Amino acid sequence: MSTITNLWTSLVTWWTALSADVQHLIIVFAEIVGVMMVVIVCVAFLTLLERKIIGWMQVRIGPNQIRIFGLPFLKGVAQPFADVIKLLLKEVLLPAKADKVVFLLAPLIALTTALATWAVVPFSPAFVLADVDAGLLYILALTSLGVYGIILAGWASNSKYAMLGAMRSAAQIVAYEIAMGFALVGVLMAAGSLNLSDIVRAQSGSLLTWNMVLLFPLMVIYFISGIAETNRAPFDVVEGESEIVAGFHVEYSGASFATLFALPEYANMILVATLAAVLFMGGWLSPFQGILADSSPFAQPSFAWLFVKICWFLFCFLWFRATFPRYRYDQIMRLGWKVFIPLTLVWILVECAMVSMRIGPWSHFG
Amino acid sequence: MLTTILFYVFATVLVGSAIGVVLARNPVHAALFLVLAFFESAALWLMLEAEFLGIVLVLVYVGAVMVLFLFVIMMLDINISQMRSGLTRYAPLGGLVAAVMVGEIFYVVWMRHLGINLALEAPPMSVPGSNTHALGAVLYTDYMLPFQLAAVVLLIAIVAAIALTMRRRTGHKMQDVSAQVAVRREDRLRIVKVDSEKYQ
Repeated sequence: MSTITNLWTSLVTWWTALSADVQHLIIVFAEIVGVMMVVIVCVAFLTLLERKIIGWMQVRIGPNQIRIFGLPFLKGVAQPFADVIKLLLKEVLLPAKADKVVFLLAPLIALTTALATWAVVPFSPAFVLADVDAGLLYILALTSLGVYGIILAGWASNSKYAMLGAMRSAAQIVAYEIAMGFALVGVLMAAGSLNLSDIVRAQSGSLLTWNMVLLFPLMVIYFISGIAETNRAPFDVVEGESEIVAGFHVEYSGASFATLFALPEYANMILVATLAAVLFMGGWLSPFQGILADSSPFAQPSFAWLFVKICWFLFCFLWFRATFPRYRYDQIMRLGWKVFIPLTLVWILVECAMVSMRIGPWSHFG
Repeated sequence: MLTTILFYVFATVLVGSAIGVVLARNPVHAALFLVLAFFESAALWLMLEAEFLGIVLVLVYVGAVMVLFLFVIMMLDINISQMRSGLTRYAPLGGLVAAVMVGEIFYVVWMRHLGINLALEAPPMSVPGSNTHALGAVLYTDYMLPFQLAAVVLLIAIVAAIALTMRRRTGHKMQDVSAQVAVRREDRLRIVKVDSEKYQ
């Protein structure tokens, strides 16, 4: 017991001896690592959830064997950990004619951009890693970088199928990024700020002042573009196992497959769900605000509300995958360029008219 | 102190990657070095508290322009030895451009010696509010006309690029989406009442 107390007191003296700057640096670093760990654990359980939910929708059971430490309940819960251990123990194959440096760099680029975006996400009224003014722009910039991982993976593999997948991905992501950007323009017009916390605060009031009410078309377009950007079904022609085997990641195996494909894709899914919740459904605001009394615990803003909203959007991701057939490639391009971009432009004009004619909650801008 | 160290780190990587753009044998590697150079200059802008410009540089150049650049380079079958054959012929022109650039840099450094603040100590934001607000306020009031002119020039470039590449080919089998959408059930389907055969 005394050794533990000694250790604790020595730790405390070490900590107080540090300068304030170094203390701040250590705290920020610990927060970053904490958020990254939470995201990675969420990714693990999202893969399990995906297999379970799609299993139920197709009247199957899904993973039901692997348990935590062999406990007799929660069968199948440890499946993601078994998958991770399997992937990490497998050999990382390098194709003989691949560009080796770029081949190994591509998964790292994909992973870095997928994790770095979380820096500006407001999790609760009090907690956000970096409360920067240009948060929305930062997210747009970093999500547009994610495509590099895919393009470089496809090119460096020196394989026809991988190359085709990379080309499809580049065209698709560039197309949908414009629609997504215009949808975000609508949001920042409503909030008058690029700061994500300010965007959430601008929606406070009641359920009816959330952006999803007046910007409903933009929310739909944002979410569909998000699905297309993360290369999820029904827009997953980038993988297209029926035509180009597995697309850009056909040559990857083991740990490089896990970091190129599984982790960034699912982390980006959670990010798109989180941003949809933050930008259109009031983030950490309570849906009962303005209905219940302000003193009621259910009317308080908290992370729990954000969590529920994220879960809803993630469920939509899995639901769409289980129910929609894959789009044909030219239809994907048509939807992005010829349908979504004009629609968002029209709705931005409608919003401009609403602001200038002082209709809706944004009348103070007019 | 920390900012000085960071500046030199970013600047070193920037110069290194710029040299890499020129020296890389593989055009894809050269494009990747260019991406890194954009990134480092964005970081330098962020250090000057110009976060809007820095992030937009990444968003536009790295996120869109360079992706399409890579797209094209990967599709082309580039013969590197053929590309290198003109090196001595174009060297004087390149040298001239380099000399002009170096001269400009020296001029800026020399201006600083005259006591005019240009590069080293960027004046911190004097306008209240965020960078983006300040830029927007200036762009849409004082510089409204040049800004719109620039937009029109870009629009003309887009229209011209599309007009140059638009060719009406005959005989291709592209679907007409409006025709597909306009199809009614009656156009494709005929319901026939068939008498069931008598049991014999």
